Amino acid sequence: MSDKKLELDYLAHTSGEWLRGAGPQADIVMSSRIRLARNLADFPFISRASEPDRTEIEKTLHDAILQSELAGRLGYLDVSRLEGLDRQFLVERQLISREHADSQGARGVALDEEERVSLMINEEDHLRIQCMHSGLDLERAWDEINHIDDVLAERIAFAFNPRLGFLTACPTNVGTGMRVSVMLHLPALVITRQIEKVFRSLQKINLAVRGLYGEGSQAMGDFYQISNQITLGRSEPDLIKQVGDVVPVIIDYERKARDVLIKEGQQNLHDRVSRAYGILRNAQTISSEETMHLLSSVRMGVNLGLIQDIEIPMINQLFIHTQPAHLQKLRGVELDTADRNIERARYLRRHLNREDGNDASKN
Amino acid sequence: MKCQKCERPATFHITELTGGKPEELHLCEECAREYLTQSDSPDTGAANLAGALAQQLAVGQTAQELARLDQQACPVCGITFFEFRNKGRLGCPHDYVCFQKELEPLLANIHGETTHVGKRPKQNAAADTDQLTQLVRLRREMKEAIAAEDYEQASKLRDEIKQIKDAG
Ligand SMILES: [Zn+2]
Ligand SMILES: [Zn+2]
Repeated sequence: MSDKKLELDYLAHTSGEWLRGAGPQADIVMSSRIRLARNLADFPFISRASEPDRTEIEKTLHDAILQSELAGRLGYLDVSRLEGLDRQFLVERQLISREHADSQGARGVALDEEERVSLMINEEDHLRIQCMHSGLDLERAWDEINHIDDVLAERIAFAFNPRLGFLTACPTNVGTGMRVSVMLHLPALVITRQIEKVFRSLQKINLAVRGLYGEGSQAMGDFYQISNQITLGRSEPDLIKQVGDVVPVIIDYERKARDVLIKEGQQNLHDRVSRAYGILRNAQTISSEETMHLLSSVRMGVNLGLIQDIEIPMINQLFIHTQPAHLQKLRGVELDTADRNIERARYLRRHLNREDGNDASKN
Repeated sequence: MKCQKCERPATFHITELTGGKPEELHLCEECAREYLTQSDSPDTGAANLAGALAQQLAVGQTAQELARLDQQACPVCGITFFEFRNKGRLGCPHDYVCFQKELEPLLANIHGETTHVGKRPKQNAAADTDQLTQLVRLRREMKEAIAAEDYEQASKLRDEIKQIKDAG
């Protein structure tokens, strides 16, 4: 593991593997993610850890990663020494949690170049391992994270109790310490007002629903994350199966809702999508919320073949790159809200108008 | 529609699902951002749930029983049950052992189960790391002994720490 600072300025121009728009069902499933919570057996949990404790926890975990086979593919960031903007950038990128960005004291994150793996040190638990994949691909995410957990467990005694499993700071994570999440793009269920019904049925089977960057908010691009709430009393494959089994059902609902929208008013739908595209390509100033809302329509339009001159990975990237910290990193200066809105519009025009090309790798 | 928290128009309509039933929130951009950043982490909802359930533990107990319960403290990290009920976060792995009786109904409530059936650390299938957690207490006591210039006690503790470390 090279300990040299990961080039965040470089990262700002790229995008993670999970935005590739590839993998099974990638038109509706943005990403699959699994997270494991682990704690060192010989330290207090974070809420009772002194600053020297936290420093030692960080060192212990950092060293364990360095000495393991994982070292070759991971870079390390000392989050406590990053600027606020850089921390926000990592949150927008889903590489660290907002809690991790905003907390105090010794903490860090180990990342791989493709942004599939992230190991947060001193978050709510001593260690949070996360694996993210494009599309619906929980099995691969599990194989990968299970292996990383095994590799680290060879060097570290994680707090474990034979009856309760892995012990975590919050009793809601005890047992497997596992959270399985699938991020879905569900614009048609939102338009047809069926999303509430879906929420309610998911809740009945103990699954949680949240929005991208927040809780079930429509304005955040119609992205919804479905995850397990229970972590104890079921095996990891069972938990994965529970989420994995329900996702195709929701995908099916979404597809049916799209069919209904097309049948009942192809013209209306086409108009809605085209107007959204038109605004994004021409606006001179635009808020993050409006951008996400319009990008959502465009994304659906592309998937339904109503827009043909742009590709999904590009739109996926625009959702992330038009977030406040990304815009500022890309521009290389700090911007206030008004200037950000102008910069965002400029960024969108540059990437959505064909004369500038449509290559997602270019900026 | 007006924002529920201030006078501006509500442009955000959020459905909150982490409680019992869906709850509609209508907020302006600024209040929505504040609200969302507060509850952004995927686990915050669940942590609040733990807090809420922990609060409920109080129900059905006399004030006296509750006061006694709240004062119980973990010998390893020192957290009281009262502190846990308030924060929804435990202080160290040993809390699961010393508050076992109190946590059991809470775990049953959250997970519907109270026994782990998933993955176990490979090294040792029966790994119980509570011994290692005792190091937290021993280190603390050794620091106190040194501060009190009780070097005999400190060296005894040091040996004990070494023993546990060698065994783990
Ligand atoms: Zn407001
Ligand atoms: Zn404790």
